[in-house]
Amino acid sequence: MNEQQTPRRRTAGLTTTEFVAISASVFIGLALLWWAVTAAQLVKPLFLPPPGAVLTRLYELAASGQLAADMGISIYRILAGFLISTAVALPIGVLIGRYQTFEAAIEPLVDFIRYMPVVAFLPLTIVWTGVSDGQKLLIVFIGTFFQQVLLIMDNVKSVPRDFINLGRTLEMPEHRILTRIVLPSALPAIWDSLRISLGWAWTWLVVAELVAATSGLGYRITTAQRFFATDTIFGYLLVLGLLGLATDQLMKFLGRRFFAYGEVR
Amino acid sequence: MALPTLSIAGLGKTYAGRGNPVEALCGVNLDVGHNEFVALVGTSGCGKSTLLSIAAGLEAQTDGRIEIDGQPIVAPGRDRGVVFQSYTLLPWLTALGNVEFALIAAGKSSADARTIAYEHLKLVGLTNFARAYPQQLSGGMKQRVAIARALSYRPQILLMDEPFGALDALTRHHMQELLTRIWERDRTTVLFITHDVEEAVYLADRVAVMSNRPGRVKEIIRIDLPRPRRYEMLGTLRFQELQKQVLDCIRAESIEAEGLAEVLG
Ligand SMILES: Nc1ncnc2c1ncn2[C@@H]1O[C@H](COP(=O)(O)OP(=O)(O)OP(=O)(O)O)[C@@H](O)[C@H]1O
Ligand SMILES: [Mg+2]
Repeated sequence: MNEQQTPRRRTAGLTTTEFVAISASVFIGLALLWWAVTAAQLVKPLFLPPPGAVLTRLYELAASGQLAADMGISIYRILAGFLISTAVALPIGVLIGRYQTFEAAIEPLVDFIRYMPVVAFLPLTIVWTGVSDGQKLLIVFIGTFFQQVLLIMDNVKSVPRDFINLGRTLEMPEHRILTRIVLPSALPAIWDSLRISLGWAWTWLVVAELVAATSGLGYRITTAQRFFATDTIFGYLLVLGLLGLATDQLMKFLGRRFFAYGEVR
Repeated sequence: MALPTLSIAGLGKTYAGRGNPVEALCGVNLDVGHNEFVALVGTSGCGKSTLLSIAAGLEAQTDGRIEIDGQPIVAPGRDRGVVFQSYTLLPWLTALGNVEFALIAAGKSSADARTIAYEHLKLVGLTNFARAYPQQLSGGMKQRVAIARALSYRPQILLMDEPFGALDALTRHHMQELLTRIWERDRTTVLFITHDVEEAVYLADRVAVMSNRPGRVKEIIRIDLPRPRRYEMLGTLRFQELQKQVLDCIRAESIEAEGLAEVLG
């Protein structure tokens, strides 16, 4: 084979720079497409406003402090709802993952409730708690808690049997096996489950805010719709996407930091 | 003759399972004397791991007796050190941490645990990797740490389930030499499972050959090779005679297990 023709060795993995470059190009490509479609006036601005208009609108909202206020209240709600849900789901998920008695008592029930559509709880939660912040937290809770419990249960069940057997051969008492072996072993997977459920929590928060709220990102979208302010809607959608992307990346980053265990990265 | 350290008589195990029960062991008889090294060879699925789990106290037999110094085995205990077939180093602890983990479980102070753990890493030649995490270690190194961990709390009996089964041939030979050296220095009672005949003959005082499932001990062959065992012995006539003897005994089982009787039988 001709030496010059020898192809550069391609391995499956990309470098971080390559990865980011590809991801960024897709974003930029889509933005360009959006711009082109609107500049060519293929779609009415009411349906799809040009990117420039959306950015201008976002800038105005940011300058007036509206955006920050809306983001602040939504982030507070999602954090509170998500943290409460996690705090309750974690012990329950671990218990039912480790002990069959708890599994028998709780798992079918959780599975049953999980299949009730969260949106169907909206009227009920409003009856219970009005349109307060508590109602938003409740919807976020209902939307994430039951999923979290089942995910965490699975994570705990996936702890290698021989890890637990190791604890038993060392005569570790059950609670030690739970805290010293099962929990640390399942933790990276649990972290990942939390990351995934945080994504759902965002969805449920916005749904709750769209339906009944007097503040927050979802509320602003509903009011914008009333005035046909699609530029505001698009702007807020972008903000929601970016917030989601940022939290997800942050969780991934933290996960890698916490659970690298000496992996060379 | 003195009382055997590990005494197994008429041992049977049937897994209830869902649907059809699996009879893994039936009528196993085997004695392992004080400070004797017994290797147990058998085809895949013949019940070797099952036998070891019962000896470790992780599973209960459904028939027969199994005793240590005349006391029935009813639970796992630190009088037995177990090296599992799968890698069981805890990934969130360093090599040193993994050995310390066992010592702490055995009630040592953390200062003592550190000293003893370090000594045992030295024994398996891994002091340079004390701070390395399992995923930074090769398969052979992981099993060396696992051996160090099992030896560290000075169990009366060492139970090893194909500890070198997942290693390449060369590494496997190094491990065998290392294990022989350690064992010949501070003898202890060992039940060592393998399906590698050469490994069994090289390491053991006696080799017990198991039948296909349901497993029982079909024949016991005394290995009268001198100690210390050296790698060069693999080429000696006596070694090969013994190896052939074990091989002949297991060959029929293996041919049957692989369904090759009509071709090779
Ligand atoms: N928990 C279990 N429930 C039901 N059947 C089991 C269980 N554990 C093992 N068995 C069955 O018992 C038989 C013996 O299994 P065992 O793991 O003891 O074999 P082995 O000799 O160690 O095999 P290998 O060489 O592949 O490790 C197999 O047929 C296996 O499928
Ligand atoms: Mg096995």
